[in-house]
Amino acid sequence: MLSRTADNLYWLSRYVERADCLARILDVSQRLAYTPVTYGGSTNEWGSAVLTAGCADMFTERYGPLDDAKEEDVVSFLAFAPENPASIRNCFEVARTNARSVRTALTSEMWDVINSAWIELRNFPNRSLTRDELSRFLAFVKETSLRFDGATFRTMLRNDGYWFARSGAQLERSDNTARILDVKYHVLLPEKEHVGGPLDYFQWASILRSVSALTAFHWVYRDSVKPWLVADLLILNRQMPRSLAACYDSLARNLDDIASAYGRQGPSQRLARSMLARLSNRSIEDIFQAGLHEFISEFISDNNKLGAAITEQYLT
Amino acid sequence: MRQAFDEMSSIDGQVRPAYETLQHWLSSVPQDVLAHRRQEAEYIFRRIGITFAVYGEQNAQERLIPFDIVPRIITKDEWSRLSKGLEQRVKALNHYIRDVYTKREVLRAGVVPEDLVYKNPAFRPEMNGQRVPHDLYVHIAGIDIVRTDPDTFYVLEDNARTPSGVSYMLENREIMLRLFPELFSMHKVAPVENYADDLLATLRSLSPNGGHEPNVAILTPGIYNSAYYEHSFLADKLGVDLVEGRDLFVKDCTVYMRTTEGPKRVDVIYRRLDDDFLDPLAFRPDSVLGVPGLMSAYRAGNVTLTNAVGTGVADDKAVYSYMPEIIRFYLGEEPLLPNVPTWRCREADHLKYVLEHLPDLVVKEVHGSGGYGMLVGPAADKMQIEKFREKLIADPDNFIAQPTLALSTCPTLVEKGIAPRHVDLRPFILSGSDKVRIVPGGLTRVAMKEGSLVVNSSQGGGTKDTWVLDA
Amino acid sequence: MRVRIRHEITQHFEPGSRNLSVTVRLTPRSHEGQFVQRWTLDLDSDCRLYPQEDAFGNLCHAFTVEGPAEKVAVMAEGEVETTDTTGIVRGTVEPFPAALYLRQTDLTHPTDDIIAFADAIARSKDPLIQAHTLMVALHEAVSEGEGSALGGPLAAADALAAKKACSGGIAHVFTSAARHLGFPARHISGYLAVDDVGAARHWAELHVPKIGWVAFDCGRNLCATENYVRLAVGLDALAVAPLRSTGADCLEKVTACDGRAPPRLAQAQSQSQN
Repeated sequence: MLSRTADNLYWLSRYVERADCLARILDVSQRLAYTPVTYGGSTNEWGSAVLTAGCADMFTERYGPLDDAKEEDVVSFLAFAPENPASIRNCFEVARTNARSVRTALTSEMWDVINSAWIELRNFPNRSLTRDELSRFLAFVKETSLRFDGATFRTMLRNDGYWFARSGAQLERSDNTARILDVKYHVLLPEKEHVGGPLDYFQWASILRSVSALTAFHWVYRDSVKPWLVADLLILNRQMPRSLAACYDSLARNLDDIASAYGRQGPSQRLARSMLARLSNRSIEDIFQAGLHEFISEFISDNNKLGAAITEQYLT
Repeated sequence: MRQAFDEMSSIDGQVRPAYETLQHWLSSVPQDVLAHRRQEAEYIFRRIGITFAVYGEQNAQERLIPFDIVPRIITKDEWSRLSKGLEQRVKALNHYIRDVYTKREVLRAGVVPEDLVYKNPAFRPEMNGQRVPHDLYVHIAGIDIVRTDPDTFYVLEDNARTPSGVSYMLENREIMLRLFPELFSMHKVAPVENYADDLLATLRSLSPNGGHEPNVAILTPGIYNSAYYEHSFLADKLGVDLVEGRDLFVKDCTVYMRTTEGPKRVDVIYRRLDDDFLDPLAFRPDSVLGVPGLMSAYRAGNVTLTNAVGTGVADDKAVYSYMPEIIRFYLGEEPLLPNVPTWRCREADHLKYVLEHLPDLVVKEVHGSGGYGMLVGPAADKMQIEKFREKLIADPDNFIAQPTLALSTCPTLVEKGIAPRHVDLRPFILSGSDKVRIVPGGLTRVAMKEGSLVVNSSQGGGTKDTWVLDA
Repeated sequence: MRVRIRHEITQHFEPGSRNLSVTVRLTPRSHEGQFVQRWTLDLDSDCRLYPQEDAFGNLCHAFTVEGPAEKVAVMAEGEVETTDTTGIVRGTVEPFPAALYLRQTDLTHPTDDIIAFADAIARSKDPLIQAHTLMVALHEAVSEGEGSALGGPLAAADALAAKKACSGGIAHVFTSAARHLGFPARHISGYLAVDDVGAARHWAELHVPKIGWVAFDCGRNLCATENYVRLAVGLDALAVAPLRSTGADCLEKVTACDGRAPPRLAQAQSQSQN
């Protein structure tokens, strides 16, 4: 298929996934922010939301230091700001632009989800939303990505187009999970003081919530929330669809499908497989021992390398 | 102005036979049902995203063209006359363009003045002596037709560059089939859906190299182009790749597209990009929409561009006025479809007449399109006429004038119910190396405003489904 | 006169660029008063040159450099034997009738100022005198200066307004005004061999009834002599550009000098071609 078509499908999925992740981050921040200070401690959740979204520099330039970040500013910046290229509004905008460019490669159901979401988005005002409106907005965003994934899964031909779309989604998803861990890794470290205090519980729970895994956690571990188990679930557990291991499981498979369809493989297949092997061969104890932060930083950088390899090999 | 001929109820109110069933049906269906169906149609159009952009309007970046649910009916006999005339016209256009870029006999014979070719901005010196496969230049033509009475169809304009609108012809039919199946059971309507197939066959027949399966691609300026929907629609229907300039590159005078499996050779490019932007090495150096080196591949005969480069030399309004002579010159036949009488303001006696009769005439820019920059005398006030007079005197070469025709009307659903509105027709003519193909019908454009003669979509015109009856 | 020419062009691209398409118009043709003794074209990268003739009869070469590359260098080198024809150009390849050259382009677009300038010139019944009058008037109105570093020669209107332009800009004003006055006029690129170095240069040709094409160099206020070597013809500077590509800046180095001393070394080089 045309490289640009593959590129559009890949980025279309990435942006839908990114919008979904942003919505979750805002959701969780809102929840933590409303938890009484005695439970939530003094950390500024809104600041760390910006950090997780990966647009700290642009935010501080406009609104001042992250420690003083205000709810109103963060919500409008991450959700609507036209000047923030990674705001939810812009994610939808870019997703639709990509979708329009590859109308012919999408099923009508997929196009319909993106196009209706884009039309619907105009119904949300640009001003700051009431809390009610915000919840409705976040629900709408999450629902859109669910519908899009569903439409993709149910209607798209299982060929290179599908595999590129899914690779984009998985790559974005693993990046988001890793970024959440990167910002919050310190609350998972054992040497932290007053381990087990209420503050930590809410922080851990919020990490799980941001990847919709709080319920899953209990089903998997049948235990109370413990930091190394949180890390295990998000990094190594393949049952958990947003874990790094699960993402790479699908990524490697999708890339292999492309390689076998084209009858030749290249750097992206090798890179994905080696990362999957690394995630399979390590235990969470190993990772903590070698340094959780180092592990995550390295993962983020390797994940970016894989993105670059896919682009180089197929999308240009 | 005379009272307009209505295609359903004629001038005397007598319903014409082709419309009898439709007229009966229209009068039996309650207004609110019709209004409801129209809303449904609009909803479908918006959902599938059939929109177009209006240049110069910031907010209306994507707009719907109004769709009128009352079909326009053409009889089998009328169509067979029309299609013969269209085929003749396109044949002559192809002869003329080839001649202009090779032997220039038409200039030597004095049929067309030299400067109409050499000074024409749409003339491409770069095409001089260029061989094109099968000597065909205009593979896809849109000829605009108007009607003034039961027997007379005029050619209003030739579109030999990249005529658009065919997606509306096809989508309008789909929607009508969905909304009014009962109407189709009452009429024998010739199908149009084979257009995509015909187009693909035409394009493939133009491949410069035998020996391998021709790879056809549609070249679009991108999603911000006003006709982008049509480009993607056609790519979809044809099952070919929709490419932008950046998807293509030229190597060793051969065009390739970048695919996930490496470079793939392209043989035929149905380009929906203007000449000026095709190749920054040959035309506008600042074009980022085109393909650097494309013209070198074209000159080497390794790729076919449809339509060919430089076909615009045949379709401006000044050349239009010579079309009857051009047809006689190349084909030795009388034109089957007449031109609208046209005064060329470049000629002194014509200019004099035009200046004396401005309030009765339509004056158009030679290179204008989309209904811009024209004066509709009878609809203009004194001020507008005087302002236009100055423009005309300053640069007479740039204008032609025509009488205001009493364009035919068709019944149309408007706020107050069914009322007559003026229409024109754009059929699409495909010329391949094997034969000429015309699907029965075309795009009917309708001026939604009462009394208006301007059918252009950029000026509030709408469209209708066009039915050619098979019996 | 035997003119020895060496023309090097280095075109820069974004680093890492691939599939760079380039067209060069760097090969002179022979005609009365100009005979190309030998001519070679050399590239700094391995690729095939596709010789083509453009619409105006110029010899071009198209090629693609696969890359990744950040520059493409082209070197043309050769010798041309010239004789003086008092500016009259005959025996050229003419794909078009003269009337085509009445066509204005974006670069020669006749603005009101140009029309006023052309209309103010003393009329003469003898077209050749009229053409000379135009040259003299233009020579006074626009003086010759350095070429603009980027973007090629000025458009006619800009050159006239600036009162100073490079030879290409002056040729634009000249062709624009001449076409307005009814002379078919065309833009010429080539070389001028004077002094020790010589240079690339633009001038213009006017089609004069009964005589044919005559070459005028308004910057130097004379008709072309044996010091001029004609390289390419077109409607404006863009049409005769020695190199066209999508690259950024471009570096040109030209020498054109009297080569009557037997150039053995250069001949030896030419044998290593292809």
